[in-house]
Amino acid sequence: MIFDYETLKLAWWILIGVLLIGFAITDGFDMGACALLPLVAKTDDERRVVINTMAPHWDGNQVWFITAGGALFAAWPLVYAAAFSGLYWAMMLVLFALFLRPVGFDYRSKMDDPRWRNAWDWALVVGGAVPALVFGIAFGNLLLGVPFQYDELLRPSYHGSFFSLLNPFALLCGIISLTMLALHGATWIQMRTQDKVEERARYLAKRLAVLLVATFAIAGIWLAWSIEGYMIISLPETGGSANPLLKEAIKASGAWLHNYAVQPATLIAPIMAFVGAIAAGIFSHVRYTGLGFISSATAVTGVILTAGFSMFPFVMPSSLVPSHSLTLWDAASSAGTLMVMTWAAIIFVPIILGYTFWCYRAMWQKIGVRFIKENPHSLY
Amino acid sequence: MITEEVVDLSRLQFALTAMYHFLFVPLTIGLAFMLAIMESVYVMTGKQIYKDMTKFWGKLFGINFALGVTTGLTMEFQFGTNWSYYSHYVGDVFGAALAIEGLMAFFLESTFVGLFFFGWDRLSKVKHLMVTWLVALGSNFSALWILVANGWMQHPVGAEFNYETMRMEMTSFVDLVMNPVAQVKFVHTVSAGYVTAAIFVLSISAYFMLRGRDLAFARRSFAIASAFGLAASLSVILLGDESGYELGDVQKTKLAAIEAEWDTHPAPASFTLLGIPNSETMTTDYAIKIPYALGLIATRSTTEEVKGIKDLIEEHEIRIRNGMKAYELLQTLRSGQTDEFTRAEFDRYKQDLGYGLLLKRYTEKVIDATDAQIQQAARDTIPPVGPLFWAFRIMVAAGFWMLLLFAVCFYYTAKRTAWHKPWLLKAALFTLPVPWIASEAGWFVAEFGRQPWAVGEILPTFTAVSVLTANQILSSLILFLVFYTVLAIIEIYLMQRFIRIGPSSLHTGRYHFEQAGSTSSSTRVRA
Repeated sequence: MIFDYETLKLAWWILIGVLLIGFAITDGFDMGACALLPLVAKTDDERRVVINTMAPHWDGNQVWFITAGGALFAAWPLVYAAAFSGLYWAMMLVLFALFLRPVGFDYRSKMDDPRWRNAWDWALVVGGAVPALVFGIAFGNLLLGVPFQYDELLRPSYHGSFFSLLNPFALLCGIISLTMLALHGATWIQMRTQDKVEERARYLAKRLAVLLVATFAIAGIWLAWSIEGYMIISLPETGGSANPLLKEAIKASGAWLHNYAVQPATLIAPIMAFVGAIAAGIFSHVRYTGLGFISSATAVTGVILTAGFSMFPFVMPSSLVPSHSLTLWDAASSAGTLMVMTWAAIIFVPIILGYTFWCYRAMWQKIGVRFIKENPHSLY
Repeated sequence: MITEEVVDLSRLQFALTAMYHFLFVPLTIGLAFMLAIMESVYVMTGKQIYKDMTKFWGKLFGINFALGVTTGLTMEFQFGTNWSYYSHYVGDVFGAALAIEGLMAFFLESTFVGLFFFGWDRLSKVKHLMVTWLVALGSNFSALWILVANGWMQHPVGAEFNYETMRMEMTSFVDLVMNPVAQVKFVHTVSAGYVTAAIFVLSISAYFMLRGRDLAFARRSFAIASAFGLAASLSVILLGDESGYELGDVQKTKLAAIEAEWDTHPAPASFTLLGIPNSETMTTDYAIKIPYALGLIATRSTTEEVKGIKDLIEEHEIRIRNGMKAYELLQTLRSGQTDEFTRAEFDRYKQDLGYGLLLKRYTEKVIDATDAQIQQAARDTIPPVGPLFWAFRIMVAAGFWMLLLFAVCFYYTAKRTAWHKPWLLKAALFTLPVPWIASEAGWFVAEFGRQPWAVGEILPTFTAVSVLTANQILSSLILFLVFYTVLAIIEIYLMQRFIRIGPSSLHTGRYHFEQAGSTSSSTRVRA
């Protein structure tokens, strides 16, 4: 099977999207559930209930994040280089927060001392909430454009400060991201636990669903009314060498809504976000917990796709020199590398999905305080 | 603005986080394998004690694994944060290996490791064994791909520079994977991981025996460790990666530095066992030499010569001058003048473009370099000899010491008298830190010895960094130091605690501290 370069570039826009959505759905509920830990679980046993719903899976889930990073490196090296060095402190913040998770999960149960366990509980809360928030802030800044440019040897440099990332629109995006993953975490807890913990998760899920609908709608209106998007004026051949300096692009108001006007089918993304969030609330209320989880996963997918569809074909617009923006046409690897990576994805993604489902099925059960008390030594 | 300070701090941060990460990696790679072996014995014989062994060593594996995962996160993202020009310049090749590592190895290892810990009651015996093997397989695959990536930095094959995109692009995935430097590195590194795990189990089992506790448990663990360790340490030494040192200019230079081989001698070269390398005079004082040995080790022949540092510097100076031509032609091409003649000229010189980039350290424009700057850049191509000379000898000495220890332990285990020899058990106990010293020294040789290159002959380290300020890197470096120190203290505390409790931490009721008459109350803990 041989694809032309243009098709491969498009395919990797989709595949990076798949990895990001895979990350947000799997690792997302871990982060959300950890962020909600003190709200849904009051006693040590209750906290262990919540943690043990994730215990066998958090590490595998986290690999979606790691692999998304690796795939970004391989498929869009220019984005990997410009985004991570430009957003240096945002990335460091995410890293240091994520450090708290593996040790939080694994070391918490190793000692009985309540101070020890409490400290790790907070580590898990930070490890869940901070990355969720920062990812949203990063996406918000991508929509606004990032102040970076290239020199003649294609070395990217960033010309903003960390605090300029914390602008109102990006913060709203951060809240959306945190709310969305917290909702997803709540539907997960509700599906996998019993009694008081389940009830508290249900209570939170319903409210978080409303909050997600509201914040997402506000961001949409804000984006439509007063955020300038980016637009390509002239584009070299889309199947040509990846060089971001050859095109011309400008800032334009309403540009982020352009794709929805041209391709109304793309409206499915915001619709999925709204319908998913509302359905997650309703199914939680009527105690269809499985459907509740599927609904919140749909909402997560919808929100991410909305950002992707709005910006297409942009990936990382430059607010400093719009023509230096990175798009899926000029930020990609060579055709040969994309071909190899496509084969790797075709072979491994189905295998990964297969054994991931097998693992979840093997460990599937509702967990309650009694289960924790019956297995004092073999659980987290 | 890229300054020496930014480059040094970036290197320091990378060295710190990578070396720290590698404290946990070899134990994961090796212990996963040993757990799979122990559990296989359990499934085949049905003897409960082997299940207990799998679970206890698995508990220690878990404590180590958590930090391996934690510190591994840094590694996946640090190329982008701190080495952005590197990421741009070689992401097409290097990134592919990293991405495939994620898809093929990390998913496998991390998805199943949860079931290893929590699946004992929910999976059949055979299914659980399969899970354990998949974890071991996953961690070994990850070593394969990261060493394909690292091998490419040492000896970049299967890629070509493209002036339109200003980067290296993959021309052959097969060449990348089959890179002989990567292959020998893989075998050498995973074998070193097996040695690390074997010493870990051997040493802690020796501790139990010296304390006279849980003898049946400790003897079996000791026996498996000594057999596994003997095979693994033979593999590390015999399949050491010396054989990769004749491939590519950077590896040759590294070899010359390791051996403090200042002059090219007629083949076969002698091996300098010990001595004091002097970079000023370019001589090695008080050298003790073994005739023929280096020629045999490095070239596997008696007729090929090992090139000396002085000759290498001369060769590199010529390549730097060619690199200046390549850089000038590159600028012509980038300015839009892409006629056939210019392209042909560029193709003639482009294999030396990287050497031209070495001058960026002294002059931004490259093409206006003075003779003095060119000579300085040529001298830069030789990494500091002293540290490499000594680090290599420390690694080799540690390797031979461990081989000897395993051989003696194996011999007395076969005679069933090892446990009655306190001197042997003490030797095993005190060898605990040695595999880590060897691994870190080995990586130091590999990476410090690659300098001044990030990717050999292609991209100088100086050019590879991100555009950041020294203060930004200094503050993240301090944060890493603080975080990693705290995590290390916690990890070591938990490790020693569970080692002291031993298999009693499994709460089976069968082990030392759970028996009637056990005195120590401080150890009656939940784990």
